[in-house]
Amino acid sequence: MSDPHIQIRNLTMAYGSRVIQQDLDFDINRGDIFVIMGGSGCGKSTLLKHMLGLLQPRQGDILYNNESFVNASPKQQDSMRQRWGITYQSGGLFSAMTLAENVNLPLQLYTSYSDADRADIIAYKLALVGLAGYQEYYPSEISGGMRKRAALARAIALEPEILFFDEPSAGLDPISSCLLDDLIEQLHDSTGATVVMVTHELPSIFGIATNSVYLDASSKTMIAYGDPKQLRDHSDQPVVRQFLARESGSLQEEQV
Amino acid sequence: MSQLPPGFDLLTDDRDSAVLQLTGDWIQGQTHRDFQVLKDELCCLTAPELVVDGSRLGRWDSILMAFLLQSYNQCQEDNIRFTTRNLPDGVNQLLDVATAVPPHAPSAASSPPWYNALSPARLVNELRHHGREALAFLGELSIALWRLALGRANTRFSDFRQFCYQAGPDAFAIISLTSVLVGMILAYLGAVQLQQFGAEIYVADLVVIGMLREMGALMAAIVMAGRTGAAYAAQLGTMQGNEEIDAISTMGVSPMEFLVVPRLLALVVMMPLLTLYANLLGIIGGGIVAGGMGIAPLMFISEGESALGMHHLIVGLIKSVVFGLLIAVAGCRSGINSGRSSAAVGQAATEAVVTAIVYLIVADAAINIICQQLEI
Ligand SMILES: Nc1ncnc2c1ncn2[C@@H]1O[C@H](COP(=O)(O)OP(=O)(O)OP(=O)(O)O)[C@@H](O)[C@H]1O
Ligand SMILES: [Mg+2]
Repeated sequence: MSDPHIQIRNLTMAYGSRVIQQDLDFDINRGDIFVIMGGSGCGKSTLLKHMLGLLQPRQGDILYNNESFVNASPKQQDSMRQRWGITYQSGGLFSAMTLAENVNLPLQLYTSYSDADRADIIAYKLALVGLAGYQEYYPSEISGGMRKRAALARAIALEPEILFFDEPSAGLDPISSCLLDDLIEQLHDSTGATVVMVTHELPSIFGIATNSVYLDASSKTMIAYGDPKQLRDHSDQPVVRQFLARESGSLQEEQV
Repeated sequence: MSQLPPGFDLLTDDRDSAVLQLTGDWIQGQTHRDFQVLKDELCCLTAPELVVDGSRLGRWDSILMAFLLQSYNQCQEDNIRFTTRNLPDGVNQLLDVATAVPPHAPSAASSPPWYNALSPARLVNELRHHGREALAFLGELSIALWRLALGRANTRFSDFRQFCYQAGPDAFAIISLTSVLVGMILAYLGAVQLQQFGAEIYVADLVVIGMLREMGALMAAIVMAGRTGAAYAAQLGTMQGNEEIDAISTMGVSPMEFLVVPRLLALVVMMPLLTLYANLLGIIGGGIVAGGMGIAPLMFISEGESALGMHHLIVGLIKSVVFGLLIAVAGCRSGINSGRSSAAVGQAATEAVVTAIVYLIVADAAINIICQQLEI
């Protein structure tokens, strides 16, 4: 079970002179559901943006399939990104387009399907996320949870190898967020995609994650790596155990 | 690996079911037989069950799934049982997920015929709706202003100051350019006619009266409608989209007091000042042209002074206050009533500018008629 799909090597991330995280070094294996966890503001979204190439690392490298992503030319980066599906923390659906048009966009850009085939595929992708029949709705006309699922439909439009989610279930009720977790797990099982997910929802972490990393805000680096259930019971870092067991003792400590 | 074209055959089984045999590679780049063909064949089907058989299926991707989903939905409609055999695990799982939630039936409202857009009843209705909305907006605005006068409004002075800055000093450059040029245009226009009578000197009167009464305020207003009115609509429209206006209302603060009043006051205060500035620069522009035609600057000034009447200046300033009010109302109203999408924000900004300019011209005409009747 050591077939690294994504490798983070000695990564340091900073905004200007402000270092957010340093010395990150871990692997994400093929077929994992990998969770990036940590307190609010520790740099989870920032790490994801680095992995997506939206931000340049201060130092270090990110490799996909043993190929450097950071040092690749923009053209190569684009072709690597075509194999990814991404949802953003605040949705990122194009509000001026209907759901069908949103899902259609990547298909139109990167596939050779005919118009009729694309319409069929859109119907299928929306059905996968439980939104069959909502093709002609605008994002503003559906609920927040439906928007999350619509964003997921757009992310899986191209049958991605890697799925990136930034807080997919934030702002959802427990049942919807549980359904969304199930959906992610089913999609993962049936397509074999690697899933990288930022979340601090404990039920998702224990429910579906197979591996995880914990970013610490005060020491500005990763302090735990492994199966979250193992970490909860056996981590040598009290902060991590408390985070996973949902105790508040460490909160003050974390925010220093 | 060579690719086989995808296909399907509908066979009737010995037992009471039809078998849909899938063959070949169902992947991107292959042309496949249309679903419509199967649909027609399914319609003639009498068997109570359709079995999808994947034993001769090659590679597959979403296009197969889309096809299967459509077949499934068609079978549901025709009350045919849908089962599968020998399909890859992934296909079965995805099909389960995709069919877990029954499709949402879109509301049956059929789109109205195109000529409806031209029907006079609709136009009248729209106009009435528009008028009602405008009245409601003005009503709320009046209440907010009244509360402001009583000192009970939730209006932040710091907002007001910032909007003043944006509507005033920030606009100097563009106002300078347009008013100098308008002054020059006025002077040219008059000079050509007046020259025929040897009365070039009256260009000074024309420029001074024209700028003070009419063009100073109007040009400043048109520039501000494009600049500030559109910005107001875009700001408020974006806030609508981010649920910020909802947030303000649920905090118990009237968006009218918090958002509209400071913008409106800023424009109403700054417009007369901008107009004064535009008047001055327009007259200078006219003076430059007059100088080019051989009228000495001193002559221009003394002739201009004799034309400069207090009543012209005041009419211009009154206009500028009215214009400022109208621009702010048009901009804020479009913004507050904007939809929540990014396209809606663009529409709101366009609407703000168009309505503002229409308002400006109508109001200008109305004020001119009133002034004429009162012989001011
Ligand atoms: N564009 C930016 N410029 C400067 N600093 C930023 C920027 N974006 C984020 N930061 C800072 O980087 C830190 C990490 O932010 P990030 O968004 O990655 O947090 P997060 O772990 O995703 O938190 P949350 O769980 O709340 O989403 C924060 O302290 C934030 O202030
Ligand atoms: Mg985040």
